[in-house]
Amino acid sequence: MGNTDYEGVIGLEVHAHLLTESKLFCKCSTRFGAEPNSHTCPTCMGLPGALPVLNRKAVDFAIKLGLALNCRINRRSIFARKNYYYPDLPKGYQISQYEEPICEDGFIDIEAGGQEKRIRVKRIHMEEDAGKLVHEHTIETSTYSLVDYNRSSIPLLEIVSEPDITTPEEAVAYLKTLRDILLYLEICDGNMEEGSFRCDANVSVRKKGSKELGTRTELKNLNSFKHIEKSLNYEIRRQIELIEAGGRVIQETRLFNVDEGITYSMRGKEEAHDYRYFPEPDLLPLIISNEWIEEIRSVLPELPGEKTKRFIEVYGLPKYDTEILVSDKDLSYYFEETVKTFPEPKTVSNWIMTELLRELKERNIKPFEAPLSPQYLGELLTLVKDGTISIKIAKDIFPELMDKGVSPKTFVKEKGLIQISDEAEIASAIDRVISLYPKEVEEYRFGKEKLLGFFVGQVMKETKGKANPKMLNELLLKRLKT
Amino acid sequence: MDRLLQMNIEELGDLLRKREVSSLELTHFYLDRIKKYDNTLHTYIKVTEEEALKMAKSADERLSKGEEGKLLGIPIGLKDILCTVGIETTCASKILKGFIPPYDATVVNLLKKEGFVLLGKLNMDEFAMGSSTENSAFMVTKNPWDIERIPGGSSGGSASATAAALCVASLGTDTGGSIRQPAGFCGTVGMKPTYGRVSRYGLIAFASSLDQIGPITRTVYDCAAMMNVISGYDPFDSTSIPVKAPDYTEVLGRDIKGMRIGIPKEYFIEGIEPDVRESVMKGVTLLERQGASVIEISLPHSEYAVATYYIVCTAEASSNLARYDGVKYGLRIDGKDIIDMYKKTRSMGFGKEVKRRIILGTYVLSSGYYDAYYRKAGQVRTLIRGDFEKAFNICDVIVTPVSPTTAFKVGEKIDDPLTMYLSDIFTIPVNLAGLPAMSVPCGFDRNGLPIGLQIIGKALDEETMIKTAYVLESELKLKKIPEEFL
Repeated sequence: MGNTDYEGVIGLEVHAHLLTESKLFCKCSTRFGAEPNSHTCPTCMGLPGALPVLNRKAVDFAIKLGLALNCRINRRSIFARKNYYYPDLPKGYQISQYEEPICEDGFIDIEAGGQEKRIRVKRIHMEEDAGKLVHEHTIETSTYSLVDYNRSSIPLLEIVSEPDITTPEEAVAYLKTLRDILLYLEICDGNMEEGSFRCDANVSVRKKGSKELGTRTELKNLNSFKHIEKSLNYEIRRQIELIEAGGRVIQETRLFNVDEGITYSMRGKEEAHDYRYFPEPDLLPLIISNEWIEEIRSVLPELPGEKTKRFIEVYGLPKYDTEILVSDKDLSYYFEETVKTFPEPKTVSNWIMTELLRELKERNIKPFEAPLSPQYLGELLTLVKDGTISIKIAKDIFPELMDKGVSPKTFVKEKGLIQISDEAEIASAIDRVISLYPKEVEEYRFGKEKLLGFFVGQVMKETKGKANPKMLNELLLKRLKT
Repeated sequence: MDRLLQMNIEELGDLLRKREVSSLELTHFYLDRIKKYDNTLHTYIKVTEEEALKMAKSADERLSKGEEGKLLGIPIGLKDILCTVGIETTCASKILKGFIPPYDATVVNLLKKEGFVLLGKLNMDEFAMGSSTENSAFMVTKNPWDIERIPGGSSGGSASATAAALCVASLGTDTGGSIRQPAGFCGTVGMKPTYGRVSRYGLIAFASSLDQIGPITRTVYDCAAMMNVISGYDPFDSTSIPVKAPDYTEVLGRDIKGMRIGIPKEYFIEGIEPDVRESVMKGVTLLERQGASVIEISLPHSEYAVATYYIVCTAEASSNLARYDGVKYGLRIDGKDIIDMYKKTRSMGFGKEVKRRIILGTYVLSSGYYDAYYRKAGQVRTLIRGDFEKAFNICDVIVTPVSPTTAFKVGEKIDDPLTMYLSDIFTIPVNLAGLPAMSVPCGFDRNGLPIGLQIIGKALDEETMIKTAYVLESELKLKKIPEEFL
């Protein structure tokens, strides 16, 4: 942002696909990637006479998120029809919520630029997704387009923030925090590429200290955190420059061009839409009892924010470690399970962040799919700690343990990898090395002390890496002096 | 064979079970009648002869095995607004020409379970919008009591076919009077059940918060028998009421001693044809003689009902009919782009009245007008409902004329929508309140045209209405089928 007299005012609308088995208003599967139009029925195809029936699980999920975002869960909410024409919208209207949404008035605490900040959540409402158009070529050059209604009526939650966000950095922090919460609640897979976590942004600028809101533009379909940050930066700068040059911001929808890194107007496409919202007569008002809410509350998991605090307090972990561990719910469980068998949190954290994460990534698997269980990792670390094996051996055998999923204790015993801590055995290995390299011994004794490493290496080689390093060091120093 | 015409579903069922007549014979009998008379009446958009004979054969097999079925082997016609799997369902609209539903409406399923025989799909006003069946895109149905006249609407095909015995019974739908008014004009019994009593799944929506399926029959017994089949909770319709429906035939023949009949003072003033008023009041007197008492009641907000109705129903229709865009099924007129295709398809596909209502409905929902129209209409609707609630504190049923006039002439009102709309002035408030109501024949006017008496009941109390209608029917013993069609 060039001009520091201005600040951005950003409100975000996030669409999150819910991980229900079936669609919002029918029994069709929500699975991604099936044959076009194979997950359809009269209801999600909008056939004449078909009627919607609300999926209870989707309501559970909405309540879950509402509670996680500190919202009021409305005991009565109503569905509304949002009317517009588009071929991917089979009924000519989308069933959504308008005047009385399911959740209102919550907040998300975020951290951006070292500062904590509370972003208010205005509302969360339930709605159905539309189908998908498949064009022959590009939208401009196609002579025909096909419609796939598999996605039609997949449940979505729309989470609308208040315009409390002032920088692109905060926007990204908000989105990451929200995404983490959705993942923790296991109600959305957060996949931005497949569109299960989508974001639109309302952006305006104003002079710092001003209370008035400027004219806003809407940025649509921002499908990665990087694009979001870039497009917001560009848009804020564009608006400031426009105003500074005496121009005026026009209320419009703009799209982000990834290649050029700019936003451009969707001119013509978005003539003042009148969606003619009205209550959906095919569905009764959704009544939510206190019991229902309490039932959901009782199964609410610990959320990332609380967990971060706890990890710092209880395990004394640095913030950096905590962030990595908490960013993945499974990984944080893996960590805690390991600590149960090896109660040195920082050591566990180090091994998870380096060895485990690397091996997981290589295999493209989740923490709990790893054959090396938290119990086995704890066992491995205990073997290192009590001197049974060296750190080096532990790191060397890590990939194999990841593949095999056997007890590290058994593994090292069978492979004969147990560390040599017998003084006599190490001493004799040292003797053999010294007799092999008389010249180097001479040089060392004349002051070329950096050769110590060379001797250590040679003795390790002699003992196949099994010599207890501490003992080796002590004995070698003693032997070289005499 | 002609004795079959005078039999109700119970008597026909007996005959079929005793194998004195087969379903195939009965079906052929009705198909022959259709061939003979429907060139005059134009009640069927489609006669499903092949399907009918197949169903009749299968019914005969079931009958020979001694299987039970409330409608086993009974030939019935359906308004062409109810989805029938594999059979074109058009809503009498060009825009749905060629649409073959891949599924059955819940009521069709229920009828099939009870072994009915489908004779065909009956004519109607396009998308059930109209009071004369003249708005059908395909043909004008005639009233069997005078073929110069309309049968009423929108279920005019169902009413006319039932009156002329081109089916044993039929189903219609009623959004503002579309069962009761044509039933009244054709001298048949029509029932609009309580909103939510019969599943709307597979009923092609006109105005979702008002639409309800119901039977049109020649006798009150048949009405009750049909209600026994189609009523009840359906998990596929979220507005369906989760209560078990009773056996409606049980109340037939019970007396009405002590029953309080409410007569709304607002409904018997100017605009009603004298013959209609006289005939309805005679019906009331007759009920009084059977032990009922008459109480004057007031439904003060009824005068706003027609205005309210035309806001609510057009608003919902404008949205419900948005899906007919040429993309997925039915008519498509290609254009230079998608918008052009939409415009051409909808311009060609919809008739005048449907377009009029889509435009009205779009208008009342648009931003800036919503509060003044749609929201206000919702508030008035609450007041109308309140009127009925209050009235039902002091009476058990309410009796009114079905319509201020008897059947009018073809073309008489088609260019004057407002006059046409007033034909439903007594039936519309009932839909707005979600209550059940029936049309029962109570006499003929000086031209020999049938007059209908409307019985309005408390929510879910179809039984009291049926009981009352049966008393009236038994006392009056009116002619059911016009001479020309006997």
